[in-house]
Amino acid sequence: MIDDGKATVTSDSPSTTPTSESGDEPATPAVSLAGVTKQFASKQGQVQALADIDLSVAPGEFVSLIGPSGCGKSTLMRLVADLETPSAGTVQVFGKTATRARKDQDYGIAFQQSGLLAWRTVADNIAVPLELHKVSRRRRQERVAELAALVGLEEFTGHYPDQLSGGMQQRVAIARALAEQPRLLLMDEPFGALDEMTRERLQTELSRLVRKTGAAVVFVTHSIPEAVFLSERVVVMSPRPGRITRIVPTGLGPDVVRDEVLRESERFYELVTEVREALHARPGAGS
Amino acid sequence: MTLSPSRLLAPLVVGLLGLALWALVVDVLGIGTFFLPGPGEVVTALGESWEPIRAAFWVTAVNSLWGLAVGAVLGVALAGVAATTRLFDGMLGPLVAILAVVPIVAIAPLLYTMLGTDQETPRRIIGGIAAFVPVFINTLRGLRQTTPLQRDLMRTYAAGPVQRFRTVTLPVAIPYTLTGLRLAGSLAVISALVAEYFGGVNNGLGSAIKNAATSNHARAFAYVGGAIVLGLLVFAITAALERLAHRAYGQHLDHRRKR
Repeated sequence: MIDDGKATVTSDSPSTTPTSESGDEPATPAVSLAGVTKQFASKQGQVQALADIDLSVAPGEFVSLIGPSGCGKSTLMRLVADLETPSAGTVQVFGKTATRARKDQDYGIAFQQSGLLAWRTVADNIAVPLELHKVSRRRRQERVAELAALVGLEEFTGHYPDQLSGGMQQRVAIARALAEQPRLLLMDEPFGALDEMTRERLQTELSRLVRKTGAAVVFVTHSIPEAVFLSERVVVMSPRPGRITRIVPTGLGPDVVRDEVLRESERFYELVTEVREALHARPGAGS
Repeated sequence: MTLSPSRLLAPLVVGLLGLALWALVVDVLGIGTFFLPGPGEVVTALGESWEPIRAAFWVTAVNSLWGLAVGAVLGVALAGVAATTRLFDGMLGPLVAILAVVPIVAIAPLLYTMLGTDQETPRRIIGGIAAFVPVFINTLRGLRQTTPLQRDLMRTYAAGPVQRFRTVTLPVAIPYTLTGLRLAGSLAVISALVAEYFGGVNNGLGSAIKNAATSNHARAFAYVGGAIVLGLLVFAITAALERLAHRAYGQHLDHRRKR
């Protein structure tokens, strides 16, 4: 695997604390959900995927959604992305409707699978959203070079996706999500298909990228340590119907350096335990 | 993939062995000389009738390529329509199923009666029908290969229908279309030959084979040789195009095959 290399923990100074940017104006939440309900039609009739979801994500805040399969955490993220529409309630992204925000390209998105186009090189894959939004060729090349360097893939821009490891493909997908400097990142188990080593390395990298860009993140995962490691708040959900059962604040703000020290700290273990207990608190929520 | 010596050598050996066996049975042992000419005779006939064979070859080649071109263009166009409109898909489905089973042998005389026996058109139509079916079916399949994930991504980029088509749908479909074209190539040649065999203008390899079959076996075989060369040529060209398309757009397809 050629995955190793570049990206280790860098100690770039937290250049801009995201909250300070919007400090003077009354901060519009990056994401705001009120009374959101989602029902799907299935063969067995209506399935209640989400019920009475209220949640707000501040600008620059990292929030994880965690819960067992079928708790609607992915659906919740897809509602924010305007890939689904709520059956009831309102979804707002930076104070706009989800549809408006999608059309304005207010968020970047990454999924469990990279969704890279096999016939395009790494550079051309990163450039897809830029190309679609008519960014000039020169500007595109500059931006792709920046992004490739950001995710530590500057030597692989000419490679095709099938020449890359899974971890590298996900880095390309993350670079693509960051292409237009969104203030919100939506991520649906982006590291879910990776091995533990790669996974931890990419978590560290992601926290570094997020700190650098100051973007808010809604991060769907089923890994408790992953949620705790990355987030300022962990939203614990239960299934049938999908509800928020608890929100665990980690006290790990954007400026806390995510590294091995944190991973092995007492505080980290306590938080993992707290989230685990919250997950198991509800009947039917066990694994 | 490059041609390794062993890949080239194996069929060559088989071919030479076949020829030797053929020569042994007919020329040396003298078995079946009255219904099967020996390879020597065929080669002689090939030399004697070189000019007429070449002329017939070109007639059939032009007929096949006309059929292939018209069938392919219609196949791609109608597959595009069927992919966008469910109604058309429902309408075209049975029609294509019928076209796929049209008996060329039976329809050729019919078309000659309708359009005139002095025309090449019936042969081209028949080649076109044969070529249309695989191009249509494969292109339609290709146009439906975009994954939900790709569609989601295009939606999050707020890509319009034309952008979505250019960025994802078309590149995904192209290798499928060219697989269809490869299948269509051989079918167009065979169909044009069969159509020529069953009437119309007295030219082309099909007519020549029919004429020679009753009078001069060796010459008939020489014409059959011409038909084989034509078929192989069209196959080689379309297969090369298919490979190019897969290399350019379809790494993902190759993966699926390996699994």
